[in-house]
Amino acid sequence: MAEIDRPIRNNFEGLRGWLKPSGYGWERVSYWFQRLTGVFLLIYFIGHIYETSTIVNGLNAWESFLELTQTVWGHLFLIAVIGASTFHSANGIRLIFTHVGIGLGTPGRPDYPYNPSSLNYRQKSGIWIALILSAAAMYYGFNVLFGE
Amino acid sequence: MSINDNKIEDKIKLKVYRENRRENSKSHYDSFEVPYKRWTTVLDALLHVKNYVDPSIAIRYSCRMASCGSCGMKINGFPRLACYTKISELETSTIECEPLGNFPVIRDLVTDFSLFYKHHKSIQPYIQNTENVETAVEEKTYSYYQTPQEVDKYLQFSYCIKCGLCYSACPTVGTDLRFPGPQALAQLYRYYADTRDESKKRLNIVDDRHGIWRCHFAGSCSKVCPKGVDPALGIQLLRSYMLGVSKNNKKQAEKIEVNLD
Amino acid sequence: METQRLLKESQIMKIHYITGIAAIFVVAVHILMRLVVPFESSLNYDYIIANYKNIFYVLILESILVLISIHGFNGMRVILLELRQNTAWEKVITVITISSMIALIAYGTRTIILANGM
Repeated sequence: MAEIDRPIRNNFEGLRGWLKPSGYGWERVSYWFQRLTGVFLLIYFIGHIYETSTIVNGLNAWESFLELTQTVWGHLFLIAVIGASTFHSANGIRLIFTHVGIGLGTPGRPDYPYNPSSLNYRQKSGIWIALILSAAAMYYGFNVLFGE
Repeated sequence: MSINDNKIEDKIKLKVYRENRRENSKSHYDSFEVPYKRWTTVLDALLHVKNYVDPSIAIRYSCRMASCGSCGMKINGFPRLACYTKISELETSTIECEPLGNFPVIRDLVTDFSLFYKHHKSIQPYIQNTENVETAVEEKTYSYYQTPQEVDKYLQFSYCIKCGLCYSACPTVGTDLRFPGPQALAQLYRYYADTRDESKKRLNIVDDRHGIWRCHFAGSCSKVCPKGVDPALGIQLLRSYMLGVSKNNKKQAEKIEVNLD
Repeated sequence: METQRLLKESQIMKIHYITGIAAIFVVAVHILMRLVVPFESSLNYDYIIANYKNIFYVLILESILVLISIHGFNGMRVILLELRQNTAWEKVITVITISSMIALIAYGTRTIILANGM
């Protein structure tokens, strides 16, 4: 590699590149959401495993933990989890299809205006379906949690 | 506005990023008022500034027709080729020119492509075929026969001009210096899909912690590519081979004898 | 600088995809358990303990635990590996994610076994 007299990470987008998905289309936005929801769900999962472990300490321990989670904020948090998991799963299924080359179109001879065949309506509608399913699941969860 | 009307000139404000690390000067933006017409490109505007206002601006350019890939830069925050971007299509009153992201800045708008070329070299961007094409014993010359369908499988990826826009747009490249980048991975697919190439070891080069698996199909590479190479497509197709889903329907090209007489 | 690895990255990612798909099914069953009874009583202590005594549900819970731990911590490993590229960081991240995965599976399995015996 050529010798360069400047720090190698000079001008690299870094984390800002991850956190700012605008301007590159829906696929970049879905990448951003997939990462956010993934990390969020992992944190929730760890908390959930701890939360459910209180049952082994008997009825009182279980009930006192329920008092913490069966609150308005607890329910809102759970609705966020429902939305995140629905989006992450639906988008994940779309990504698995693309990773095996399905739904991307076939290579051909590019011509002006050089629209890429991989960023097609199937990908965009897949992302939209994931977002809509997520919103619908959150709405359903809201009705179940707050509807009684 | 009539193109023959020389009295009324549309002007645009051009903000150019200035930095000179050798002089240890702080980075800043210089603004210039540049006249433009309907067909004026950002490169034309920059060269106007360089010719008539400030000759010290450092820019790279060559063909001026989106063929060489030299003039890649961030224009209004988005990686584009300066020669291929008309001022009129940007529809803003100020145009901001910055060096291409994810490349170390040398000076002003000129960036260091060493790491980019190193990644490209690492995927062995050449046909690998162990058979001798010309043999001294037989004194015959052979050529490789490809159908148009076989050529179509890799042709669009061969149109890559190595402008670096995809590398700049990729979110993984922004943090992972060992990730080859969309250009190198798409070129790997270009050679892998070519029936003249025999190498089975190519896939092992990128079957790595920082290889093809760090692509998450954000699609930004294909979004910015000026030549319709669609590197995202190449990478996902390559991945389908690596996952074993695309059965190796990769044929070897038929060798035919060529009569030179 | 090639070091011997236990699993190739392609094998790890195949596991990541398979655990992701499988997890969707088992998590769906887990969520349904809260929806097939009146909602207020779905978190009732006795109802939960009765669920833990059902061997099929126990297997489902253990599957969720294993699949999501692998999928989640591998995802975290991927995200963290992209942030820095030096041998020390990669070793630390790999060790932390694998040990967190094992610790979480062990802790969750403990809950399942103890609750099953209650």
